[in-house]
Amino acid sequence: MAETFHLRIVSPSRIFYEGEAEFVEMKTVEGRIGIYAGHVPTTVILDPGMLVICGGGRTRKAALHTGFAQILPDRVSIMAEIAEWPEEIDGSRAEEARIRARRNLESGEDERSLRQAEMALKKALARLETVDRLQ
Amino acid sequence: MASMREIRRRKDSIAGTRQITKAMKLVATVKLQKARKKAEESRPYTIFVRQVVQSILAASSELDSPWLRKGKGDRLAVIAITSNRGLAGGYNVNLVRKLTESGLPKDKVSVYAVGRKGRDALARQGYAVAGDYSEVINEPLYRDAMELGNRVLKEYGDGSLEAIYLLYTSFQNTVSHVPVLLRLLPVKEKPEKKEDEIPVPMNYEPDEETVLDRLIPAYVTNQIYGAFLESLASENGARMAAMDASTANAEEMMERLDLLYNRARQGSITQELTEIMAGAEAVQ
Repeated sequence: MAETFHLRIVSPSRIFYEGEAEFVEMKTVEGRIGIYAGHVPTTVILDPGMLVICGGGRTRKAALHTGFAQILPDRVSIMAEIAEWPEEIDGSRAEEARIRARRNLESGEDERSLRQAEMALKKALARLETVDRLQ
Repeated sequence: MASMREIRRRKDSIAGTRQITKAMKLVATVKLQKARKKAEESRPYTIFVRQVVQSILAASSELDSPWLRKGKGDRLAVIAITSNRGLAGGYNVNLVRKLTESGLPKDKVSVYAVGRKGRDALARQGYAVAGDYSEVINEPLYRDAMELGNRVLKEYGDGSLEAIYLLYTSFQNTVSHVPVLLRLLPVKEKPEKKEDEIPVPMNYEPDEETVLDRLIPAYVTNQIYGAFLESLASENGARMAAMDASTANAEEMMERLDLLYNRARQGSITQELTEIMAGAEAVQ
Protein backbone atom coordinates (compact mmCIF):
# COMPACT_ATOMS: atom_id res chain seq x y z
CA MET A 1 0.00 0.00 0.00
CA ALA A 2 1.19 3.44 -0.88
CA GLU A 3 2.24 5.82 1.82
CA THR A 4 -0.51 8.23 2.86
CA PHE A 5 -0.63 11.79 4.09
CA HIS A 6 -3.21 13.79 5.97
CA LEU A 7 -5.40 15.91 3.71
CA ARG A 8 -7.53 18.72 5.03
CA ILE A 9 -9.64 21.00 2.87
CA VAL A 10 -11.31 23.96 4.56
CA SER A 11 -13.61 26.61 3.20
CA PRO A 12 -15.08 29.56 5.13
CA SER A 13 -18.37 27.78 5.70
CA ARG A 14 -17.22 24.29 6.59
CA ILE A 15 -14.45 21.71 6.80
CA PHE A 16 -14.87 20.34 3.31
CA TYR A 17 -12.77 17.20 3.63
CA GLU A 18 -10.53 15.69 6.23
CA GLY A 19 -8.83 12.33 6.00
CA GLU A 20 -5.92 10.24 4.75
CA ALA A 21 -5.06 10.30 1.06
CA GLU A 22 -2.42 8.66 -1.14
CA PHE A 23 -2.44 11.17 -3.92
CA VAL A 24 -4.01 14.51 -4.64
CA GLU A 25 -4.06 16.49 -7.84
CA MET A 26 -4.91 20.17 -8.14
CA LYS A 27 -4.63 23.11 -10.44
CA THR A 28 -2.29 25.93 -9.44
CA VAL A 29 -1.59 29.20 -11.24
CA GLU A 30 1.54 27.49 -12.59
CA GLY A 31 -0.32 24.46 -13.91
CA ARG A 32 -1.65 21.13 -12.65
CA ILE A 33 0.36 19.39 -9.95
CA GLY A 34 0.09 15.99 -8.34
CA ILE A 35 1.24 15.33 -4.80
CA TYR A 36 2.28 12.16 -3.05
CA ALA A 37 3.40 11.81 0.56
CA GLY A 38 6.88 13.15 1.27
CA HIS A 39 6.55 16.21 -0.94
CA VAL A 40 8.95 19.10 -0.37
CA PRO A 41 7.29 21.87 1.75
CA THR A 42 5.56 24.24 -0.65
CA THR A 43 2.82 26.84 -0.61
CA VAL A 44 0.97 27.31 -3.89
CA ILE A 45 -1.81 29.53 -5.20
CA LEU A 46 -4.76 27.65 -6.66
CA ASP A 47 -6.60 28.49 -9.83
CA PRO A 48 -10.22 27.44 -10.37
CA GLY A 49 -10.01 23.81 -11.34
CA MET A 50 -10.77 20.21 -10.54
CA LEU A 51 -9.29 18.52 -7.53
CA VAL A 52 -8.74 14.78 -7.47
CA ILE A 53 -8.29 12.86 -4.25
CA CYS A 54 -7.14 9.23 -4.31
CA GLY A 55 -7.12 7.21 -1.14
CA GLY A 56 -8.35 3.90 0.24
CA GLY A 57 -9.01 2.55 -3.26
CA ARG A 58 -11.40 5.35 -4.03
CA THR A 59 -11.13 8.42 -6.22
CA ARG A 60 -13.12 11.53 -5.49
CA LYS A 61 -13.41 14.70 -7.47
CA ALA A 62 -14.28 18.21 -6.40
CA ALA A 63 -14.29 21.70 -7.86
CA LEU A 64 -12.18 24.34 -6.13
CA HIS A 65 -12.36 28.05 -6.85
CA THR A 66 -9.38 30.17 -5.83
CA GLY A 67 -7.46 29.43 -2.71
CA PHE A 68 -4.15 28.23 -1.38
CA ALA A 69 -2.54 24.96 -0.55
CA GLN A 70 0.14 24.35 2.02
CA ILE A 71 2.05 21.17 1.29
CA LEU A 72 4.18 19.49 3.95
CA PRO A 73 5.72 16.00 3.75
CA ASP A 74 3.04 14.39 5.94
CA ARG A 75 0.22 16.85 5.58
CA VAL A 76 -1.55 18.88 2.91
CA SER A 77 -3.89 21.71 3.83
CA ILE A 78 -6.01 23.37 1.22
CA MET A 79 -8.04 26.48 1.79
CA ALA A 80 -10.55 27.31 -0.88
CA GLU A 81 -13.04 30.12 -0.93
CA ILE A 82 -15.52 27.80 -2.58
CA ALA A 83 -15.34 24.01 -2.72
CA GLU A 84 -17.99 21.75 -4.21
CA TRP A 85 -18.53 18.01 -4.64
CA PRO A 86 -19.87 16.88 -8.04
CA GLU A 87 -23.30 16.19 -6.55
CA GLU A 88 -23.54 19.80 -5.43
CA ILE A 89 -22.93 21.18 -8.90
CA ASP A 90 -25.69 21.97 -11.33
CA GLY A 91 -24.25 20.92 -14.69
CA SER A 92 -26.69 22.80 -16.90
CA ARG A 93 -26.19 25.99 -14.92
CA ALA A 94 -22.43 25.68 -15.26
CA GLU A 95 -22.83 25.11 -19.00
CA GLU A 96 -24.90 28.26 -19.22
CA ALA A 97 -22.32 30.19 -17.23
CA ARG A 98 -19.61 28.95 -19.59
CA ILE A 99 -21.46 30.19 -22.67
CA ARG A 100 -22.21 33.53 -21.03
CA ALA A 101 -18.62 33.98 -19.89
CA ARG A 102 -17.27 33.16 -23.33
CA ARG A 103 -19.64 35.71 -24.88
CA ASN A 104 -18.54 38.37 -22.38
CA LEU A 105 -14.95 37.54 -23.09
CA GLU A 106 -15.45 38.23 -26.79
CA SER A 107 -17.41 41.44 -26.32
CA GLY A 108 -15.65 42.76 -23.21
CA GLU A 109 -13.98 46.14 -23.58
CA ASP A 110 -11.98 47.24 -20.57
CA GLU A 111 -9.44 45.09 -18.85
CA ARG A 112 -11.55 44.69 -15.73
CA SER A 113 -14.57 43.16 -17.38
CA LEU A 114 -12.28 40.91 -19.40
CA ARG A 115 -10.62 39.66 -16.24
CA GLN A 116 -13.98 39.07 -14.64
CA ALA A 117 -15.19 37.11 -17.65
CA GLU A 118 -12.01 35.06 -17.68
CA MET A 119 -12.46 34.19 -14.01
CA ALA A 120 -16.10 33.25 -14.58
CA LEU A 121 -15.10 31.06 -17.51
CA LYS A 122 -12.43 29.31 -15.44
CA LYS A 123 -14.93 28.60 -12.68
CA ALA A 124 -17.52 27.28 -15.12
CA LEU A 125 -14.91 25.02 -16.75
CA ALA A 126 -13.79 23.74 -13.35
CA ARG A 127 -17.37 22.82 -12.51
CA LEU A 128 -18.01 21.17 -15.87
CA GLU A 129 -14.81 19.16 -15.63
CA THR A 130 -15.77 17.94 -12.19
CA VAL A 131 -19.15 16.67 -13.37
CA ASP A 132 -17.63 15.13 -16.53
CA ARG A 133 -19.53 17.33 -18.93
CA LEU A 134 -16.60 18.93 -20.62
CA GLN A 135 -16.60 18.33 -24.34
CA MET B 1 -52.54 54.20 48.49
CA ALA B 2 -53.27 53.36 44.87
CA SER B 3 -56.68 51.93 44.21
CA MET B 4 -57.26 48.29 43.33
CA ARG B 5 -58.17 49.22 39.80
CA GLU B 6 -54.96 51.19 39.22
CA ILE B 7 -52.83 48.37 40.56
CA ARG B 8 -54.59 45.81 38.47
CA ARG B 9 -54.06 47.86 35.34
CA ARG B 10 -50.36 48.14 36.13
CA LYS B 11 -50.12 44.41 36.76
CA ASP B 12 -51.71 43.61 33.39
CA SER B 13 -49.28 45.90 31.64
CA ILE B 14 -46.26 44.32 33.30
CA ALA B 15 -47.53 40.82 32.59
CA GLY B 16 -47.74 41.79 28.91
CA THR B 17 -44.20 43.14 28.90
CA ARG B 18 -42.94 40.04 30.63
CA GLN B 19 -44.47 37.86 27.96
CA ILE B 20 -42.75 39.85 25.24
CA THR B 21 -39.33 39.80 26.89
CA LYS B 22 -39.69 36.08 27.52
CA ALA B 23 -40.49 35.41 23.88
CA MET B 24 -37.63 37.63 22.74
CA LYS B 25 -35.27 35.74 24.98
CA LEU B 26 -36.33 32.44 23.45
CA VAL B 27 -35.88 33.76 19.93
CA ALA B 28 -32.45 35.17 20.81
CA THR B 29 -31.43 31.81 22.30
CA VAL B 30 -32.27 29.95 19.11
CA LYS B 31 -30.54 32.56 16.95
CA LEU B 32 -27.51 32.48 19.21
CA GLN B 33 -27.15 28.73 18.80
CA LYS B 34 -27.31 29.05 15.03
CA ALA B 35 -24.89 31.97 14.87
CA ARG B 36 -22.51 30.25 17.23
CA LYS B 37 -22.43 27.08 15.18
CA LYS B 38 -21.64 29.07 12.06
CA ALA B 39 -18.92 31.03 13.82
CA GLU B 40 -17.33 27.82 15.03
CA GLU B 41 -17.48 26.21 11.58
CA SER B 42 -15.61 29.09 9.97
CA ARG B 43 -12.93 29.26 12.63
CA PRO B 44 -10.58 26.52 11.24
CA TYR B 45 -10.35 28.46 7.99
CA THR B 46 -9.61 31.74 9.77
CA ILE B 47 -6.91 30.17 11.91
CA PHE B 48 -5.39 28.51 8.88
CA VAL B 49 -5.21 31.69 6.81
CA ARG B 50 -3.61 33.53 9.71
CA GLN B 51 -1.09 30.73 10.16
CA VAL B 52 0.03 30.86 6.56
CA VAL B 53 0.34 34.66 6.62
CA GLN B 54 2.39 34.45 9.77
CA SER B 55 4.65 31.72 8.49
CA ILE B 56 5.41 33.69 5.34
CA LEU B 57 6.13 36.84 7.32
CA ALA B 58 8.27 34.89 9.77
CA ALA B 59 10.26 33.14 7.06
CA SER B 60 11.47 36.30 5.37
CA SER B 61 11.64 39.72 6.92
CA GLU B 62 12.66 41.75 3.90
CA LEU B 63 9.48 41.10 1.95
CA ASP B 64 8.09 44.14 0.25
CA SER B 65 4.40 44.23 -0.50
CA PRO B 66 2.02 47.17 -0.71
CA TRP B 67 -0.09 45.44 1.95
CA LEU B 68 2.71 45.68 4.50
CA ARG B 69 3.34 49.37 3.94
CA LYS B 70 1.29 52.23 5.31
CA GLY B 71 -1.36 53.35 2.81
CA LYS B 72 -0.66 56.54 0.92
CA GLY B 73 -3.93 58.26 1.82
CA ASP B 74 -4.83 60.00 5.06
CA ARG B 75 -8.26 58.51 5.79
CA LEU B 76 -8.71 55.71 8.28
CA ALA B 77 -11.35 53.20 7.27
CA VAL B 78 -13.24 51.68 10.18
CA ILE B 79 -15.56 48.80 9.45
CA ALA B 80 -18.02 49.01 12.35
CA ILE B 81 -20.18 45.96 12.90
CA THR B 82 -23.22 46.55 15.11
CA SER B 83 -26.83 45.40 14.96
CA ASN B 84 -29.94 46.58 13.14
CA ARG B 85 -32.16 46.13 16.16
CA GLY B 86 -31.90 47.40 19.67
CA LEU B 87 -32.93 45.80 22.96
CA ALA B 88 -29.59 44.06 23.23
CA GLY B 89 -28.32 45.62 26.43
CA GLY B 90 -25.05 47.47 26.06
CA TYR B 91 -24.06 45.68 22.85
CA ASN B 92 -24.13 48.68 20.48
CA VAL B 93 -23.22 51.31 23.06
CA ASN B 94 -20.07 49.45 24.08
CA LEU B 95 -18.92 49.17 20.51
CA VAL B 96 -19.45 52.85 19.75
CA ARG B 97 -17.63 53.77 22.94
CA LYS B 98 -14.72 51.55 21.93
CA LEU B 99 -14.22 53.74 18.88
CA THR B 100 -14.73 57.10 20.61
CA GLU B 101 -12.25 56.12 23.30
CA SER B 102 -9.73 54.57 20.89
CA GLY B 103 -7.93 57.84 20.23
CA LEU B 104 -8.35 57.61 16.45
CA PRO B 105 -8.76 61.20 15.21
CA LYS B 106 -12.44 61.76 14.49
CA ASP B 107 -11.93 63.93 11.41
CA LYS B 108 -9.82 61.28 9.66
CA VAL B 109 -12.07 58.31 10.27
CA SER B 110 -14.45 57.04 7.58
CA VAL B 111 -16.99 54.62 8.92
CA TYR B 112 -18.14 51.66 6.84
CA ALA B 113 -21.23 50.80 8.80
CA VAL B 114 -22.62 47.31 9.07
CA GLY B 115 -25.65 47.66 11.32
CA ARG B 116 -28.05 50.57 11.58
CA LYS B 117 -27.64 51.18 15.31
CA GLY B 118 -23.92 51.83 15.06
CA ARG B 119 -24.30 53.84 11.89
CA ASP B 120 -26.82 56.21 13.50
CA ALA B 121 -24.92 56.52 16.77
CA LEU B 122 -21.60 57.26 15.04
CA ALA B 123 -23.17 59.71 12.60
CA ARG B 124 -24.70 61.55 15.57
CA GLN B 125 -21.28 61.80 17.16
CA GLY B 126 -19.92 63.45 14.04
CA TYR B 127 -18.13 60.58 12.30
CA ALA B 128 -18.24 60.51 8.50
CA VAL B 129 -20.11 57.48 7.21
CA ALA B 130 -18.62 56.38 3.89
CA GLY B 131 -20.64 53.25 3.30
CA ASP B 132 -23.66 51.45 4.63
CA TYR B 133 -23.92 47.68 4.51
CA SER B 134 -26.56 47.30 7.22
CA GLU B 135 -28.67 44.72 5.41
CA VAL B 136 -25.77 42.29 5.49
CA ILE B 137 -25.69 41.64 9.21
CA ASN B 138 -29.11 39.94 9.29
CA GLU B 139 -27.70 36.97 7.42
CA PRO B 140 -24.03 37.47 6.60
CA LEU B 141 -22.66 35.61 3.57
CA TYR B 142 -19.06 35.16 2.54
CA ARG B 143 -19.93 37.03 -0.63
CA ASP B 144 -20.92 40.08 1.47
CA ALA B 145 -17.57 40.06 3.22
CA MET B 146 -15.89 39.81 -0.17
CA GLU B 147 -17.81 42.80 -1.52
CA LEU B 148 -16.99 44.99 1.46
CA GLY B 149 -13.41 43.71 1.57
CA ASN B 150 -12.85 44.39 -2.11
CA ARG B 151 -14.12 47.93 -1.72
CA VAL B 152 -11.79 48.87 1.14
CA LEU B 153 -8.89 47.02 -0.47
CA LYS B 154 -9.43 48.92 -3.69
CA GLU B 155 -9.49 52.25 -1.86
CA TYR B 156 -6.37 51.20 0.02
CA GLY B 157 -4.68 50.31 -3.25
CA ASP B 158 -5.80 53.58 -4.88
CA GLY B 159 -4.02 55.45 -2.14
CA SER B 160 -6.99 57.10 -0.46
CA LEU B 161 -6.68 55.18 2.82
CA GLU B 162 -3.95 55.11 5.40
CA ALA B 163 -5.13 52.08 7.31
CA ILE B 164 -8.07 49.74 7.64
CA TYR B 165 -9.56 48.92 11.03
CA LEU B 166 -12.19 46.40 11.97
CA LEU B 167 -14.51 47.22 14.87
CA TYR B 168 -16.52 44.24 16.03
CA THR B 169 -17.57 42.30 19.10
CA SER B 170 -15.59 39.20 19.84
CA PHE B 171 -17.65 36.30 21.11
CA GLN B 172 -15.99 34.68 24.13
CA ASN B 173 -18.92 32.72 25.47
CA THR B 174 -22.63 33.14 25.99
CA VAL B 175 -22.28 35.83 28.66
CA SER B 176 -19.00 37.49 27.74
CA HIS B 177 -18.58 39.61 24.59
CA VAL B 178 -15.68 41.97 24.16
CA PRO B 179 -15.64 44.92 21.74
CA VAL B 180 -12.45 44.81 19.65
CA LEU B 181 -10.75 47.37 17.42
CA LEU B 182 -8.36 45.47 15.15
CA ARG B 183 -6.03 46.89 12.53
CA LEU B 184 -6.34 44.85 9.34
CA LEU B 185 -3.96 46.78 7.12
CA PRO B 186 -1.10 47.40 7.09
CA VAL B 187 -0.58 43.92 8.46
CA LYS B 188 1.25 43.99 11.74
CA GLU B 189 1.03 40.36 12.67
CA LYS B 190 4.62 39.65 13.49
CA PRO B 191 4.58 36.30 15.18
CA GLU B 192 6.62 36.01 18.32
CA LYS B 193 9.77 34.00 17.68
CA LYS B 194 9.78 30.71 19.46
CA GLU B 195 13.28 29.64 20.37
CA ASP B 196 12.80 25.91 20.30
CA GLU B 197 10.94 25.85 17.01
CA ILE B 198 12.96 25.34 13.87
CA PRO B 199 11.11 26.91 10.97
CA VAL B 200 10.45 24.52 8.09
CA PRO B 201 12.04 25.84 4.92
CA MET B 202 9.09 26.43 2.66
CA ASN B 203 8.97 26.90 -1.09
CA TYR B 204 6.50 29.31 -2.56
CA GLU B 205 5.11 29.04 -6.04
CA PRO B 206 5.32 31.23 -8.06
CA ASP B 207 7.20 33.20 -5.35
CA GLU B 208 6.70 34.59 -1.87
CA GLU B 209 5.59 38.03 -2.93
CA THR B 210 2.96 36.78 -5.35
CA VAL B 211 1.62 34.41 -2.74
CA LEU B 212 1.51 37.21 -0.18
CA ASP B 213 -0.16 39.59 -2.64
CA ARG B 214 -2.93 37.07 -3.18
CA LEU B 215 -3.08 35.89 0.37
CA ILE B 216 -3.56 39.25 2.10
CA PRO B 217 -6.86 40.10 0.36
CA ALA B 218 -8.12 36.64 1.27
CA TYR B 219 -6.94 37.27 4.82
CA VAL B 220 -8.79 40.60 5.02
CA THR B 221 -12.00 39.15 3.58
CA ASN B 222 -11.79 36.28 5.95
CA GLN B 223 -11.27 38.48 9.00
CA ILE B 224 -14.32 40.52 7.99
CA TYR B 225 -16.40 37.39 7.53
CA GLY B 226 -15.26 36.02 10.88
CA ALA B 227 -16.11 39.36 12.49
CA PHE B 228 -19.62 39.24 10.98
CA LEU B 229 -20.25 35.83 12.46
CA GLU B 230 -18.80 36.62 15.87
CA SER B 231 -20.69 39.89 16.08
CA LEU B 232 -23.94 38.17 15.21
CA ALA B 233 -23.37 35.58 17.91
CA SER B 234 -22.49 38.32 20.40
CA GLU B 235 -25.55 40.37 19.47
CA ASN B 236 -27.86 37.48 20.17
CA GLY B 237 -25.96 36.59 23.32
CA ALA B 238 -26.29 40.17 24.56
CA ARG B 239 -29.97 40.27 23.68
CA MET B 240 -30.57 36.98 25.43
CA ALA B 241 -28.89 38.25 28.60
CA ALA B 242 -30.75 41.59 28.44
CA MET B 243 -34.11 39.92 27.95
CA ASP B 244 -33.40 37.43 30.70
CA ALA B 245 -32.72 40.32 33.08
CA SER B 246 -35.91 42.14 32.05
CA THR B 247 -37.99 39.03 32.54
CA ALA B 248 -36.52 38.67 36.02
CA ASN B 249 -37.25 42.33 36.76
CA ALA B 250 -40.83 41.98 35.57
CA GLU B 251 -41.18 38.94 37.78
CA GLU B 252 -39.96 40.93 40.76
CA MET B 253 -42.30 43.82 40.06
CA MET B 254 -45.22 41.44 39.75
CA GLU B 255 -44.51 40.04 43.18
CA ARG B 256 -44.40 43.49 44.71
CA LEU B 257 -47.60 44.53 42.95
CA ASP B 258 -49.32 41.31 44.08
CA LEU B 259 -48.58 42.27 47.64
CA LEU B 260 -49.79 45.84 47.13
CA TYR B 261 -52.92 44.58 45.41
CA ASN B 262 -53.78 42.16 48.22
CA ARG B 263 -53.22 44.86 50.79
CA ALA B 264 -55.50 47.25 48.85
CA ARG B 265 -58.14 44.53 48.56
CA GLN B 266 -57.98 43.80 52.28
CA GLY B 267 -58.17 47.53 53.01
CA SER B 268 -61.24 47.97 50.89
CA ILE B 269 -62.99 44.98 52.53
CA THR B 270 -62.19 46.30 55.99
CA GLN B 271 -63.47 49.70 54.99
CA GLU B 272 -66.70 48.25 53.61
CA LEU B 273 -67.23 46.24 56.79
CA THR B 274 -66.73 49.26 59.02
CA GLU B 275 -69.14 51.20 56.89
CA ILE B 276 -71.84 48.48 57.12
CA MET B 277 -71.33 48.16 60.88
CA ALA B 278 -71.50 51.90 61.34
CA GLY B 279 -74.72 51.95 59.29
CA ALA B 280 -76.26 49.10 61.30
CA GLU B 281 -75.38 50.85 64.54
CA ALA B 282 -76.98 54.04 63.37
CA VAL B 283 -80.25 52.18 62.64
CA GLN B 284 -80.49 50.72 66.15
